[in-house]
Amino acid sequence: MEKFVNYNSVLIPIDRSNVDTDALIPKQFLKSVEKSGFGDNLFDEWRYLDQGEPGQDCSGRPLNNDFVLNKKAYRGGRILLARENFGCGSSREHAVWALRDFGIRTVIAGSYADIFFNNCFKNGVLPISLPGADIDALFAQDAESGPCSMDIDLERQTATAESGQVYRFEIDDFKKQCLLEGLDDIALTLQHEGDIATYEQRRMKEVPWLFEDLAS
Amino acid sequence: MTGKTLYDKLWEQHLVRASEDGTALIYIDLQLLHEVTSAQAFAGLREAARLPRRKTANLAVADHNVPTTERNAGISDPIARLQVETLDRNCAEFGITEFAMSDPRQGIVHVVGPEQGATQPGMTIVCGDSHTATHGALGALAFGIGTSEVEHVLATQCLVARKMKNMRINLNGTLPDGTFSKDMILAVIGMIGTSGGTGYTIEFAGSAVREASMEARMTLCNMAIEAGARAGLVGVDEATVTYLEGRPYSPKGDQFERARNFWLQMVTDPEAEFDKEYDLDISVLRPQVTWGTSPEMVASVDDAIPNPADAPDQTRERDWARALEYMNLSPGTRINSIELDKVFIGACTNGRIEDLRAAATVASGRKVAQNIKQALVVPGSGLVKVQAEAEGLDRIFTEAGFEWREPGCSMCLAMNADRLEPGERCAATSNRNFEGRQGYGGRTHLVSPSMAAAAAIAGHFVDPNQL
Repeated sequence: MEKFVNYNSVLIPIDRSNVDTDALIPKQFLKSVEKSGFGDNLFDEWRYLDQGEPGQDCSGRPLNNDFVLNKKAYRGGRILLARENFGCGSSREHAVWALRDFGIRTVIAGSYADIFFNNCFKNGVLPISLPGADIDALFAQDAESGPCSMDIDLERQTATAESGQVYRFEIDDFKKQCLLEGLDDIALTLQHEGDIATYEQRRMKEVPWLFEDLAS
Repeated sequence: MTGKTLYDKLWEQHLVRASEDGTALIYIDLQLLHEVTSAQAFAGLREAARLPRRKTANLAVADHNVPTTERNAGISDPIARLQVETLDRNCAEFGITEFAMSDPRQGIVHVVGPEQGATQPGMTIVCGDSHTATHGALGALAFGIGTSEVEHVLATQCLVARKMKNMRINLNGTLPDGTFSKDMILAVIGMIGTSGGTGYTIEFAGSAVREASMEARMTLCNMAIEAGARAGLVGVDEATVTYLEGRPYSPKGDQFERARNFWLQMVTDPEAEFDKEYDLDISVLRPQVTWGTSPEMVASVDDAIPNPADAPDQTRERDWARALEYMNLSPGTRINSIELDKVFIGACTNGRIEDLRAAATVASGRKVAQNIKQALVVPGSGLVKVQAEAEGLDRIFTEAGFEWREPGCSMCLAMNADRLEPGERCAATSNRNFEGRQGYGGRTHLVSPSMAAAAAIAGHFVDPNQL
């Protein structure tokens, strides 16, 4: 996984709560057996005026110019701003792959659905939760004075607006280290092989039927 | 000393290692695999030259992409076909048991697990699918994960996790005629909202849950995720044990007796405390219908579409207005006046035999209304299909004008050919009414199987009792 590096970017506001993973990446793109190539189809149904198909060249598709990703002022933006329960619904990690492939490395929202939240950390994407009042303020700032940028500093756990306003965010230490160092958590877990084997030995005695093969 | 909740017990029993920061390594007893979220996980294993730690703790079945007609002709969509063939190849290469598309046991992964007895009380079960919550109905801790975590479980048989909080929802009273567990769970989601359960494991309890069949409990737990909770749970009782006895993967003989004693401990202690608790009197429940693009946007069949101006806050006012625009509905419209184009009966929520029986009871001797372009009945598994045919349900459906299909996820998420066309309105027994979920521009109303059948007959929503 790529290391998370501090950066500055324009905030892309999506003023909705309950943005679901079906919206982030519609089902037809889930047929891919690859782990990348989803960026052109991020928010496909909101972003284009036609129905997208996998493998299609998106450069000639009619754009929904009212949708924020298509507005010039937000082009190149790498931070997404949204409201409550972002990433709800399907567990599809393709939703995070689409964000990452598009270039979004940080989402700022009121709250997240649990599966989406976990999937972010597996792909170098930082999901920041801020209180509702802060989210309101960021949306208001964008509505009143146009696109605004922020500095994301993961080490210091801050998102700093152009105005100088500093938003501090919480993050679990383990997850923070994984993002900063781009760690492969399978390798980390395998370091505990001894603990896993001990657990299995004990458990096999207690509930032996759970260790029977699922034969075909 | 205070008691433990069922979730506390399941968590503690699976703790391999706990860190001071609250992160834990938990052991996974069973992983279910399907074609859409596993290919990249197997590719990851291959790249890192790793093997599954316990290949026999995995069970695979293709369900999302499979066609529900002319199964023998195979999958015509080349991209979907490649994905299913990739699952076949991966299972063969890594030695994982798979029910292939031609296997009579093939079906939706969350129908197949309990049906085969692979799902058992006291287990931890994961799958790259959010509706893994279904399996909690048998007293197992079951939740959906992303593809990276699928790979992690394949390689280590463990997951890195933090403990959730405990929520209990008590469903008290007896369900009125014409209402089902689907109505209960829709009412629960309406009450606590789609993020009400975020960060929690929800245990469903109360007299209505104790009286509910195992399949009805699966419907409840299935949609825990639509209330924001990754896992739903129901404590084990004799109904659970009876359900499991004699199933192919259930323990046998002495082992079954030993397992039975263990399973019956998979309940919340009487003195246990929950972080959050809700009560719902379901004796006054009316059949539920969703009207918007989030499962929390739900009302009774005899209610009217709410006015966004009456929403509890500004964000929801905007969300409701946007949802009504997408759904092409106006405030004040009576739900039972909404006309439909299509009907879908099936999915991991309501594709089991009892669901099909409930729908067939309504459809029996009647005809699908003229305005309904298509009414699909898609059994949740090959074995559900065989059972339904043995009971003559297929003939009841086809004589009424429904189409009787092969098992799979079908029009719940429309990855195969079964889908809504732009603007079409559907009564669906599935679990999500998101924009575009059942097809680009499609409009979904979530209902029980009985309501879906009644809507197909009437051409619009109607209380099944008043048909």
